[in-house]
Amino acid sequence: MSHYPANYKQSAVIPLLDLAQQQHGGWLTISAMNKVAEILGMAPIRVYEVATFYSMFNRTKVGKYHLLVCGTTPCRLRGSCDIEEALLKHLGVERNEVTSDGLFSVGEMECMGCCVNAPMIVVADYTKGAEGYTYNYYEDLTPKKVIELVEILRRGESPPPGTQNPDRFNCAPAGGQKTLLCEPKPPPCRDLDAC
Amino acid sequence: MRHDPHKLVEGCLIAGVAMRACAAYIYIRGEYVNERKNLQRAVKEAYDAGYLGKNACGSGYDFDVHVHFGAGAYICGEETALLESLEGKQGKPRLKPPFPANAGLYGCPSTVTNVETVAVSPTILRRGPEWFASFGRKNNSGTKLFCISGHVNTPCTVEEEMSIPLKELIERHAGGVRGGWDNLLAIIPGGSSVPLIPKHICDDILMDFDALKAAQTGLGTAAVIVMDKSTDVVDAIARLSYFYKHESCGQCTPCREGTGWLWMMMERMKTGKAVIEEIDMLWELTKQIEGHTICALGDAAAWPVQGLIRHFRPEMERRIRERAASEIEAPAEATG
Repeated sequence: MSHYPANYKQSAVIPLLDLAQQQHGGWLTISAMNKVAEILGMAPIRVYEVATFYSMFNRTKVGKYHLLVCGTTPCRLRGSCDIEEALLKHLGVERNEVTSDGLFSVGEMECMGCCVNAPMIVVADYTKGAEGYTYNYYEDLTPKKVIELVEILRRGESPPPGTQNPDRFNCAPAGGQKTLLCEPKPPPCRDLDAC
Repeated sequence: MRHDPHKLVEGCLIAGVAMRACAAYIYIRGEYVNERKNLQRAVKEAYDAGYLGKNACGSGYDFDVHVHFGAGAYICGEETALLESLEGKQGKPRLKPPFPANAGLYGCPSTVTNVETVAVSPTILRRGPEWFASFGRKNNSGTKLFCISGHVNTPCTVEEEMSIPLKELIERHAGGVRGGWDNLLAIIPGGSSVPLIPKHICDDILMDFDALKAAQTGLGTAAVIVMDKSTDVVDAIARLSYFYKHESCGQCTPCREGTGWLWMMMERMKTGKAVIEEIDMLWELTKQIEGHTICALGDAAAWPVQGLIRHFRPEMERRIRERAASEIEAPAEATG
């Protein structure tokens, strides 16, 4: 709340709701929203408006590991439907349903901004409360790899986040970058005194 | 932002000083949690080193940088929706005028810029504006981050100069189209908001603002989505229509109702469950949405469908005819 002018505390509503969600195992209750309204001096309806508008706020129970598959066109072209189908089949649930042990739930998200590492999923980890909250992208998946990932999570371990393709570094192409392969030519800066 | 957040922080300071602004808010997507933590660390390091805050860099100018995050709404990328979201309300765009430069965040004059523009400014200042303008054609100068995705052999993100031929961009950096260049069906050159272009246009088009505008598409965000001949192009565009329906904020009627209507019609077009005249109805619907909305999401929802009809109309008609023919052959099974 220190980031915003003192008379505009309302700006902190998204960070506070996010924190409340992490503290509560991944979803927001009306009482949590009312408390946020009280802290910020807002009418509760304004907080309800924000909680219903943004897609990352869950208003119903989710699993301790909430798995979100990106389903928009670039990921879809690379097979995100197969990933989602493999997950739902393996866990034995429908979309947005929680497994009977309460550990996993699968949802679909719109574009996560990770199109060059498609297909991908995000794992929102609510097992360790707000301090241990992680929201990791797992990219460059295949149906086989995503099942392995789920089993690693089930054992309570953390798989390495980011691209699961060992040939790639971040968003560079597999096999390394194709240009700028040598040292840059000097000077890196023009003569600032000359202007 | 995973690996070089300081470039952005430095760019913010430069932009702020140039505009005599007193504070910068970096609005980062809610889904980018690890990147946000990285950025917050970078801002803290800059404060600790005295580059920001009171007397930034020892120049006597006070400048603050804050990191704010959203929670998963695409519409909050629109400039006035971003300001609304920063103020803590629903991210519904405002009417323009008044423009943000007059009345922006909290009613104060503000400017909303893309981080790509801001992050490239330190390099421009270091190397000189002539160096930057030497890339690309006239009026289309500089570099751009191209994100090549879809049916290519090695999808990647590259910072390339503007006006690079599309074929060279894909063949050099993304390993070429899956199955060879002749396996290409269509490309969306600028992300979901611009119309697609079929292969014969892709053969020699340059990636810059003017060339793509002349081809009735646009550069957009330079997110190149490549589709090869195995793609169901109607399904791909229908999924984009669903995306826009999901992300519509619901404020103005053409977008709220129009995106849902577009999606329902596209779903039927996927299986050909329509009549030929409905393609013209679809075209007219996009024309009714385009330009009649508060923000540009309505236009962005309409354009891909227009591109599909413009270039792939025969494919849509073929599906309708085939389904009609199969219904005549087996009327007992056609439940419609």
